[in-house]
Amino acid sequence: MKSICFYFQIHQPFRLRTYRFTDIGNDHYYYDDFANDEIITRIAQRSYLPATETLKEMVKMYGSKFKVTFSITGTAMEQLEQYVPEFIDSLKELVATGCVDFLSETYAHSLASLIDPEEFKLQVVAHDEKIKQLFGITPKVFRNTELIYSDDIASMVYAMGFKGMITDGAKHILGWKSPNYLYSSASAPKLKLLLKNSKFSDDISFHFSNTEWREYPLTADKFASWINNLPQEEQIVNLFMNFEALGELQTKESGIFEFIKAIPRFAFENGISFITPAEAIAKLKPVGELVVPFPMSWADEARDTSAWLGNDLQNEAFEKLYSIAERVRLCSDRKIKQDWNYIQTSDHFYYMCTKHRNDGSVHSHYSPYETPYQAFTNYMNILSDFIVRVEEQYPLSIENEELNALLTTIRNQAHEIEALNKEVALMRNNILKEDKDEKAGTESAIKKPRKKKKTTE
Amino acid sequence: MKALMFGWEFPPHILGGLGTASYGLTKGMNENGNMDITFVIPKPFGDEDKSFANIIGANCVPIAWRDVNWDYVDGRIGNIMNPQQYYDLRDHIYADFNYMRTNDLGCIEFSGKYPDNLIEEINNYSIVAGVIARTTPCDIIHSHDWLTYPAGIHAKQVTGKPLVIHVHATDFDRSRGNVNPTVFAIEKDGMNQADHIITVSNLTRQTVIEKYGIDPAKVTTVHNAVEPLSEELANMIVKKPKEKIVTFLGRITMQKGPEYFVEAATKVLQKKHNVRFVMAGSGDMMEKMISLAAKRDIADRFHFTGFLKGRQVYEMLKASDVYIMPSVSEPFGISPLEAMQMGVPSIISKQSGCAEILSNVIKIDYWDIDSMADAIYSIITYPAMYKQLRENGLEEIDTIQWKKAGAKVIDIYNKIINHSF
Repeated sequence: MKSICFYFQIHQPFRLRTYRFTDIGNDHYYYDDFANDEIITRIAQRSYLPATETLKEMVKMYGSKFKVTFSITGTAMEQLEQYVPEFIDSLKELVATGCVDFLSETYAHSLASLIDPEEFKLQVVAHDEKIKQLFGITPKVFRNTELIYSDDIASMVYAMGFKGMITDGAKHILGWKSPNYLYSSASAPKLKLLLKNSKFSDDISFHFSNTEWREYPLTADKFASWINNLPQEEQIVNLFMNFEALGELQTKESGIFEFIKAIPRFAFENGISFITPAEAIAKLKPVGELVVPFPMSWADEARDTSAWLGNDLQNEAFEKLYSIAERVRLCSDRKIKQDWNYIQTSDHFYYMCTKHRNDGSVHSHYSPYETPYQAFTNYMNILSDFIVRVEEQYPLSIENEELNALLTTIRNQAHEIEALNKEVALMRNNILKEDKDEKAGTESAIKKPRKKKKTTE
Repeated sequence: MKALMFGWEFPPHILGGLGTASYGLTKGMNENGNMDITFVIPKPFGDEDKSFANIIGANCVPIAWRDVNWDYVDGRIGNIMNPQQYYDLRDHIYADFNYMRTNDLGCIEFSGKYPDNLIEEINNYSIVAGVIARTTPCDIIHSHDWLTYPAGIHAKQVTGKPLVIHVHATDFDRSRGNVNPTVFAIEKDGMNQADHIITVSNLTRQTVIEKYGIDPAKVTTVHNAVEPLSEELANMIVKKPKEKIVTFLGRITMQKGPEYFVEAATKVLQKKHNVRFVMAGSGDMMEKMISLAAKRDIADRFHFTGFLKGRQVYEMLKASDVYIMPSVSEPFGISPLEAMQMGVPSIISKQSGCAEILSNVIKIDYWDIDSMADAIYSIITYPAMYKQLRENGLEEIDTIQWKKAGAKVIDIYNKIINHSF
């Protein structure tokens, strides 16, 4: 029996305000609140909210046979909580039906997996905690930023305890193979891989309302029959897309919501079921191993990481950013930690992309900047200020190891002081007891040990 | 195809961008092959490159009959053109111009510059054009900039061949709105009489359509390009100071927006100390700029070089880390292209025509000194910014060739001749 695996991605970066070099060292607020509010509210109104309502109706109609999976980044969750709390409530209602699962990913939608394993782990943990806190679900399957995947990343993910991971069915990796099976990783054979079916996913998220498309209009009937006509042995069709494909990329007027709503009916008629990634890795057997020595992603024609790390601008910004990672982790300032998260979001690097032609037009469509050079200048100004702040905490002249040792000493001393304090309290009690015992408990006798305590502090 | 072109300047004796553009375009058209171009200028010096066009000096064209022998003609103008051509032209004098002031060869003297009696010189040029048009067979007439429109119109009336006028600038650019009515009238007349109009940018095209009321179907943009650098210039070595150098290079006039550069420099210097600013060129706002820099208290870091020419320009560029052109209104602006050729990252105003075709430059509004300062700071502070702009700029500039611009112009010629516009 064939299964459809629906997974929707929700992500929004914290867009940065115009930050002049004259602000460096003077102004530590980096975000364009107006744009962030405006964009997420618009997308929520046009897409997230009506799409969630549609999914709720579908669950009502088809019961627990219908399943859907979400992946929401930490930065998107924070913005939704702040600007569109009604969406979080609505999603919670959907989660309560039991038909929803969540995927794990990095909190900041960052590229940490490509450079900093420690940061990567911390962010995954932070993200999963946030999901657990909001929706009460602990994600079991991992999905990396922009579906970036390589053998190295697979090993890291497996070491973190995940049994499954999602990535793209890129042609240069799959070759003649079909994405409609479960695969396993070459570097971590127990890590199972679900691959995006690009054709069917793009048919919904990009082609649906295109009147020049050969298959226009696409109906649920036709779509289900395409899946049904796949070779008998193919087990799973992974439809992975951005949630805003429903309502934003494909507008309400295109009939996308009715289309989605009708899919289960025709799927069931053809004997196709719905499945979550977690269920898929438990139920299905991998048919082969995938070797991916170089990082790949779901973006652009090349399906590599060149959209984020493809030119000098991006590489310099990226290396500068992670050169201070270790130092930031030593900091305890909450504001620094928060900014650290927000500026790691991959979108900031995407805006610096200088690829032209077909890919370039997609890039400029999503960028708040007119040119990649502007994006770089603005980002570097902010990063410069951020580095100044980190340096103010701990001067860069001290080596990380040395600093670590000093911090350990301080922490140890804190423990020591705590222990000593306890001892003092104990002794004071003993003195009090003695005083009582001796029945010489006058007020002056009580005051004395108190003074004593103060001097020890 | 035979083209008869009227121009005003021609390298190496140039006063502005018009000469460079006319030269590049003509050469580019010649590279496409099958073109026979006659290029008329008021006053050649004899050292012009004649390899791709037959150059006629208007000051060597007789408009009054003089009985002179071959040797005499050869001695007088032999360095500019073949004496035979003089006699051919003399056979086509079409009226008695003896009342005009002519010299021993029956020719009118031209300054070839922009003298006070410019209007008279333009008129004389048009009279000469009548003789040339009668002598030189052509399929199409092409006039570069308003000074030569009357000559083009005259040639068109004489030959009945179609006229193309090439708008390198309009008086709206030069005067920032305070248009000279005489110049406007000449420009407008040229545009009306032309069979087709070529503009150097969409910005200029818009001006032609909106301010001169021309039918958009009659106006096509052909962007300028740039000549490849000679080996010698590309590889020259210049002593560089320790500090970063930010350069403004051009006439110091209202049109070029020099005051915005001074203000942006002030902002950058508040934060950065290892940088110097250079304003190279001369113009009527130079003194004002010197006192502005002094008033902003940055005179120790802000330098004026005066007018630079030829090799000096390239030496200045070579020593620069940033080139900036904050023009308030620039029909095209070839100089940022030259800066890019020298590998200098460039900042240009969005109000420049060349901004339409360049992508590896920083574009800002001329009045936005905050963005301008930010861009300067970024290029001199972040090495990747410098490197990316430099390398991508060099790559991009290689694709902007006069040959391609020339092909577009030839295409326009063909369409006019075949009535397919």
